[in-house]
Amino acid sequence: MIQRDENRYAGAKLGIWLFLFTEILLFGGLFLLYAAYLSQYPHEFASAGHEMQLAFGFANTLVLITSSMLAAMSLTAVQLREQRKALIMLGATIFCAIIFLVNKYFEWSSEINSGFYPNSPRLATGPMGEALYFSLYYLTTGLHGLHVLIGIVLLTLVSVKVSHGTIHAGNYVLLENSALYWHLVDLIWIFIFPLYYLVL
Amino acid sequence: MALEKHETGVHVISYKVLMMVWLTLMILTGLTVWVSRQDLGVGHILGSLAIAVAKGGLVIAFFMHMSFEGRLLRWLLFVALLTLAVFIGFTFFDLAYR
Amino acid sequence: MQHCDDLAHQKLSFWNDTGKTGISAWVFSTDHKRIGLLYLYSVLSFFLVAVTIGLLLKIELIAPGRTIMGPVTYNALFTVHGVLMIFLFIIPGFPGAFGNLVMPIQIGASDVAFPRLNLFSWWLYLIGAVTIIFSLFTGGGPPDTGWTFYVPFSVKTGTNVSLAVFGVFIVGFSSILTGINFVTTIHRLRADGMQWGRLPLFVWSVYATAWVQILATPVLGITLLLIVAERLLGTGLFDPARGGDPILYQHLFWIYSHPAVYIMILPGMGVISEIFPVFARKPIFGYKMIAFSSLAIAGAGSLVWAHHMFTSGMSDTAILVFSFLTFVVAIPSAIKVFNWVATLYKGSISLEAPMLFALSFILLFSIGGLTGLLQGAAATNIHVHDTQFVVGHFHYVIFGGAGFAFFSAMHYWLPKFYGRTYAEKPAVVAWGLLFVGFNITYFPMILLGLKGMPRRYYDYLPEFTHLNQLSTFGSWILATGLALMLVNLSRGLLKGEPIGRNPWGGATLEWTTQSPPVTENFEQEPVVTHGPYDFNGAGVP
Repeated sequence: MIQRDENRYAGAKLGIWLFLFTEILLFGGLFLLYAAYLSQYPHEFASAGHEMQLAFGFANTLVLITSSMLAAMSLTAVQLREQRKALIMLGATIFCAIIFLVNKYFEWSSEINSGFYPNSPRLATGPMGEALYFSLYYLTTGLHGLHVLIGIVLLTLVSVKVSHGTIHAGNYVLLENSALYWHLVDLIWIFIFPLYYLVL
Repeated sequence: MALEKHETGVHVISYKVLMMVWLTLMILTGLTVWVSRQDLGVGHILGSLAIAVAKGGLVIAFFMHMSFEGRLLRWLLFVALLTLAVFIGFTFFDLAYR
Repeated sequence: MQHCDDLAHQKLSFWNDTGKTGISAWVFSTDHKRIGLLYLYSVLSFFLVAVTIGLLLKIELIAPGRTIMGPVTYNALFTVHGVLMIFLFIIPGFPGAFGNLVMPIQIGASDVAFPRLNLFSWWLYLIGAVTIIFSLFTGGGPPDTGWTFYVPFSVKTGTNVSLAVFGVFIVGFSSILTGINFVTTIHRLRADGMQWGRLPLFVWSVYATAWVQILATPVLGITLLLIVAERLLGTGLFDPARGGDPILYQHLFWIYSHPAVYIMILPGMGVISEIFPVFARKPIFGYKMIAFSSLAIAGAGSLVWAHHMFTSGMSDTAILVFSFLTFVVAIPSAIKVFNWVATLYKGSISLEAPMLFALSFILLFSIGGLTGLLQGAAATNIHVHDTQFVVGHFHYVIFGGAGFAFFSAMHYWLPKFYGRTYAEKPAVVAWGLLFVGFNITYFPMILLGLKGMPRRYYDYLPEFTHLNQLSTFGSWILATGLALMLVNLSRGLLKGEPIGRNPWGGATLEWTTQSPPVTENFEQEPVVTHGPYDFNGAGVP
């Protein structure tokens, strides 16, 4: 029986990693388009990139990295049977995730107000590559934002289970897998940040 | 089989290690912003991506516990990343020579 | 006689041992066998709809000009035919139906790694399918883009493309989850003694297929979402007027859709590798090479997508590289064919229905493969591009290959899961009709394409009439064979002769369980001591 539980744990771990691979490939399609259009329109991408507000991206990077650490810590806490600590860490993770989205909301609003959104008059009359840059930017960060939202729901669910004690030092695979998902969201952002805010 | 059996051991990463990783990630984030303000030409893309890869590696190795996993998962991760690289890279057989 | 004893001591099977038999005991069951049968029934239903549409298309082409439908209807029907056949029949068919039914038993497991996720996959498949069907009758009517949804037309057309594409996205998600489930199952749930070198070749092929499902399908997912975004938000990513590049759409689409043909064919190849040794009464020749070539096909097959795009305006360098890589894929495919033929050599071959389908697979798949070489070479590709030749080639590979393998698997494995079997003679007659009808239907297409008849038109020049008539005539023979086969199978499986554990004398694990198996598959956990084609080791004469 112990053997079987152990096997189930390892299976769940393998399964979530396979799922993360599909997420990487999903975003991969957008990164492919980014690479393709960057090579085609380097100057337009650069001028569009200069319209980005670094402060937003920078702040969100710090927030997301911190949240990722907190998620990892909540796993450590559960493993060490520190339930209260685990709950605090999870709460802080979710808090960071919400901050991220709020920040994103302000960033998008400010960009939309400046006339940068798919099919906007300002972009339609501007150089061709700039519109592509912003289309990709909205699609990529939008898809990423959707993942953040799913992550919030997932982590909330996990928090409830931790507080009920259904996730504990003997059985924490759901927490571990949700944390892995959350780290992936962080990982994707680690690449979005330089590509859209810095390199251009 | 033998290779797969090893992966199931419990490994706890201490708060201290996680903090250290976090600190490194923060420093790298600062570094990548600083690099982007230098006049490097193409170096920007390569430099920023190199730092991003380093950061991603840290997240995968420590936050995601990959450094404690068995060989199987590492190989599979390698295959997945290689596949993505091929998908993007091979498209440039077209784009780069059009 | 042992056979009769067996039946007398039979335990209740997965059909009734839980005491739950209502519809909800099926659509909410997490038993891989019940889910496999759910997939089987659903994919076959869509298959029959798509077959009917195919027959209508052939009737339209019986004479030049308008016969029974105009161009708009024709465009919609060939699109729906393709979408149903590809996304709702052959891609989910093998993994969903036979992967689910057979693979866990073959590795000695009592179920897949994530049974509830497995059920969820089937539900996602159903929801996606219903979305696609729904898209045909709502909005601007059925999509008319062809199953490839190429931009710019898919963005500009007023038909209900967004919803159809979203349905395909959901089906794709279902396919991904199945892949994740199967890879985990094969890594984690093998019985004691089931080393990698003892995995049945069908399991190897399902394993390779699952990797394609995991790594390629997300790219299709994002591509389809981009079409929707393009239509709803006007992102302009593929619109040349706004700097976008429509050829990039084709890259993204084929990055998935080329490997996807291996989702269709690889499990079929696995079926053939199971059937040949059993019906030739000989261990498989070149086990390791066949197993390895499944992975090699999945790997190399992921590098060749742009050979669908030689006339798209992509760079000459890319044409050169992708043409070369395309020929590389022929190597592992040929390795398989040679090993199968070597397995037959000096075997004592028993020509029963599954074997007949399997043997004709070799011939039809080889014709499909050889016509593929013609398209892999850039020069000849340009000549046959977008002609009936491509349609003929594709049907030889996917219908003659994957389809015949699917029929073969139905005759070989379904009696196991129903505990009863079909009548042999009608099965052989049905096979004969299918085989003859198939060639009369599709070989003329190859000739028509060489003469220059384009595909996807409801009309053609008068000089193409005779071959088209022949093709339409063939489609009726094909349909007759199909009807006979399905009637014979369903009658036999429901009311036919009961069978024992091992009607064919196979050495893989599924033949050690009773027919039909119990819910947990095995009466006691199996311990594997011999290879999958070691008939002596299995004690099968």
